[in-house]
Amino acid sequence: MNLNELSILSLYSAMAVYALAFIAFSFDLARRSAAVGSAEAADETQRQAATARTDAAGASGGTTTLTRISARIANDAAMPYGRSPSLRVGVSLTVLAFLIHLMATVLRGVAAERVPWANMYEFAMTGTLLIVSVFLIVLTRADLRFLGTFVTGMVLVLLGIAALRFYVEVAPLPPALQSAWLVIHVFVATLGTGFFALGFALSTVQLLQFRHESRVASAKSGRLRFLATLPSSAMLENLAYRVTIIGFILWTFTLMAGSIWAEQAWGRYWGWDTKEVWTFIIWTIYAGYIHARATRGWRGSRSAWLSIIGFAAVMFNFGIVNVFFKGLHAYSGL
Amino acid sequence: MSRPSDHYDAPASAGIVQPRLGLVGWLRWFWRQLTNMRTALFLLLLLAIAAVPGSLVPQRSSDPNGVTQYFADNPDLAPILDQIQAFDVYSSAWFSAIYLLLFISLIGCVIPRTKHHYLALRAQPPRTPARLSRLAGFTTRTAPSGTDAQAAVESARRLLKTSGYRAAVFENRGEISVSAERGYLRETGNLVFHFALVGILITVGFGGGFGFSGQRVLVEGQTFVNTLLAYDSFNPGRFFNDTSLKPYTLTLDDFDVTYEEKNLKAYGQPIDFTADVTITPRGEAAEASQVKVNGPARTSGTDVYLLGNGYAPTITVKDPNGVVVFTDSIPFLPQDANLTSLGVVKVPDGLAEQLGMIGFFYPTQATMESGAYSSSYPDLEYPLLTLNVYSGDLGLDAGVPTSVYSLDIDQMEQLTGGKTGVESIELKPGESSELPNGLGTVTFDDAAPGAQNGDFSGSVLRFASFDIHHDPTQLWVLSFAVLALLGLLTSLFVPRRRVWMKAVPQTDGSLRLEYAGLARGEDPALESAVGDVADRHTDLLLSSQSATPASEQK
Ligand code: HEM
Repeated sequence: MNLNELSILSLYSAMAVYALAFIAFSFDLARRSAAVGSAEAADETQRQAATARTDAAGASGGTTTLTRISARIANDAAMPYGRSPSLRVGVSLTVLAFLIHLMATVLRGVAAERVPWANMYEFAMTGTLLIVSVFLIVLTRADLRFLGTFVTGMVLVLLGIAALRFYVEVAPLPPALQSAWLVIHVFVATLGTGFFALGFALSTVQLLQFRHESRVASAKSGRLRFLATLPSSAMLENLAYRVTIIGFILWTFTLMAGSIWAEQAWGRYWGWDTKEVWTFIIWTIYAGYIHARATRGWRGSRSAWLSIIGFAAVMFNFGIVNVFFKGLHAYSGL
Repeated sequence: MSRPSDHYDAPASAGIVQPRLGLVGWLRWFWRQLTNMRTALFLLLLLAIAAVPGSLVPQRSSDPNGVTQYFADNPDLAPILDQIQAFDVYSSAWFSAIYLLLFISLIGCVIPRTKHHYLALRAQPPRTPARLSRLAGFTTRTAPSGTDAQAAVESARRLLKTSGYRAAVFENRGEISVSAERGYLRETGNLVFHFALVGILITVGFGGGFGFSGQRVLVEGQTFVNTLLAYDSFNPGRFFNDTSLKPYTLTLDDFDVTYEEKNLKAYGQPIDFTADVTITPRGEAAEASQVKVNGPARTSGTDVYLLGNGYAPTITVKDPNGVVVFTDSIPFLPQDANLTSLGVVKVPDGLAEQLGMIGFFYPTQATMESGAYSSSYPDLEYPLLTLNVYSGDLGLDAGVPTSVYSLDIDQMEQLTGGKTGVESIELKPGESSELPNGLGTVTFDDAAPGAQNGDFSGSVLRFASFDIHHDPTQLWVLSFAVLALLGLLTSLFVPRRRVWMKAVPQTDGSLRLEYAGLARGEDPALESAVGDVADRHTDLLLSSQSATPASEQK
């Protein structure tokens, strides 16, 4: 078995472990819903008392919680939710899968004798690895484990598509890619995508949470009960913002590094090639997102939609523009 | 919520509708609308949307052949799209209007903010609020006994000052306090960022007009002199003036391609292109240089890029008496990865009739099942040239420019290949053949006639196509871009915050120290920063007390 075959085997193993992690995380969400359900079924007066208490805590500590960062960011969930074994199993499995995934990626790089990000298959492999890395790193600073289902699910889908549709044999770099900028530009772009992915997940949950909160406020019961155990929409919004601006800075750098590379390879730093156009569009959408947060009437849900649209554009740029659009960036390897 | 209430937004437009605004009033109203944050956001999003069509439809600037093809494929739709400048999106009136409005809005937004910021930089930090307990990170300490309120506040002021805060002492109804603010750099960074964007736009839009780009194809051994006439195609900027062309010469000495031979999965994939060139700037010594795909040669204010390459078979045509009427190395355009190449030979003079030939060149000729030829490998393993001959009017005399890469056969008669029943001419390097109708002979010259039998590696010359650019703005754009990135980093990561410390004497004679902060913008570390100030300050008070002689302390 050569190194590339070993890499493929590792990748499939990593996918299997991600699948197990996904199940564990889903289990946790189900448990959350159940916990909320039984709490709601409890004595009415007790419930009112509890709500009153959390309300009071929210009123006095609202801004405090939002801007607080000790080593970890506190959760301001409406309903505290105790320890969850399945959550811990999910995280452990994700770490395990991450390590196998890392091995698969490194082996691919060693087999090809270069960085493992020079065609679609490799972009997907390294990109998902970075998404998981960003997730795990952020976990050490804030408890975002509730995103586990989303992250492992997305990584599984992307890896599945990569393995089935994008797979190509190890090949040497074509002359156009033989540049130090391949290492820098593509890596930073992929890292930025990792942050955008997390920001997208947080913005999505923020929207769900916002709807849930307004339903609760008008005394209707929400459908996604587990939301009661997650941070408030305001806190999710701040978390999403923090993650997304890091992505934005990386993307800004990607745009500039790409221009410098384009100048060396094609003789002009900007030529509105399709891939350049989409990189620009994504940058502009996220600049819009940042502005939206500073614009009256655009904070909250509207800005969250921009973050979601931005990430949709990132995925479009990767999955559709690379494969189906004509342009100078014809490096899908397909 | 992450923005303080006194954060500077563009002033909200007045709610009162005045009956008659007059021209100045309208202009002012328009200006206020344009520099509104909401308008800026709208324009920004509009710009993103407006950029999309240019990726769906080929653009003249980046893909002129694609546009031609689009017109051929969609003869009804294309002219309509052309009307709305869909093939020139990024220079179209509507796209330009959006970004120009956006940038006017930006300037109108940033200038008042700069003024506001300049004043803030010179102003004192604001008064300490009456009650600190409502603010973020509120925490209290008890001062070491015997600490004087005045001294405690003064030491807090000095501590904050050395930590990069602007600090001032206030006294209000007997309560003494220090108010401090830091992170002005955040707004500075933001302003630098926005100004740098304006800088980029101006240098790109204006400075770009002074440059040019041109293309030139060179066969191995050929020399190019940097003058207007020597370019195959030339695109000057708006303000370009041909006296700025420095007449250096560039010779393509050798063009080398390396193909993958070990990895069977990628067999034949090119892994290196190198053009060895000799550059002689006017009045200077000749210098050997290289042009590679990611490595342009830079000389005399121009950058020379390697864009394409292929084979240029040398073809000689003689009349029936053996007199050479044509000889040239003709660049054949590659049609596939194995360099099946297509080229056109035009012989206007010297023969009984004008002669045109459409040739296919196969560096390693193979025969497909259908009997048609193809190339199975891009290097010269088994080269073959096939030619279809046409005679008649080449259309060169009409004065209309024609492409050297295509043959207009409307006024010509096909003599070989196709339905003529006459076999196409097939030549290996060094071979000759009779032309039909006794017109003469054609030879495919061997570029390395002395080579061993069966070694064709040097038998056909290669050509390289170069892009030659002059862009005086590049360095400026790069500088502004770096400035923008630095501004962005500071504006997003430097926290701007206020910190207050108040000394409140208690009825029991002790001194209570209160600390609190206020975020100005995104500031996740505010609380720990306030706690940190409180800790350091009490440590400072303790150590200064133990440093004072015991006798004084009593
Ligand atoms: C070419 C158009 C523009 C782009 C690409 C752009 C981009 C950005 C970016 C990336 C940021 C966040 C980084 C930072 O704080 O420095 C930002 C912030 C900001 N921009 Fe712009 N901007 C543009 C135009 C404008 C205009 C026209 C206005 C005024 C109406 C404006 C007002 C602001 C303000 C107030 C902030 C601070 C927001 C905050 O603190 O979160 N920008 N802009």
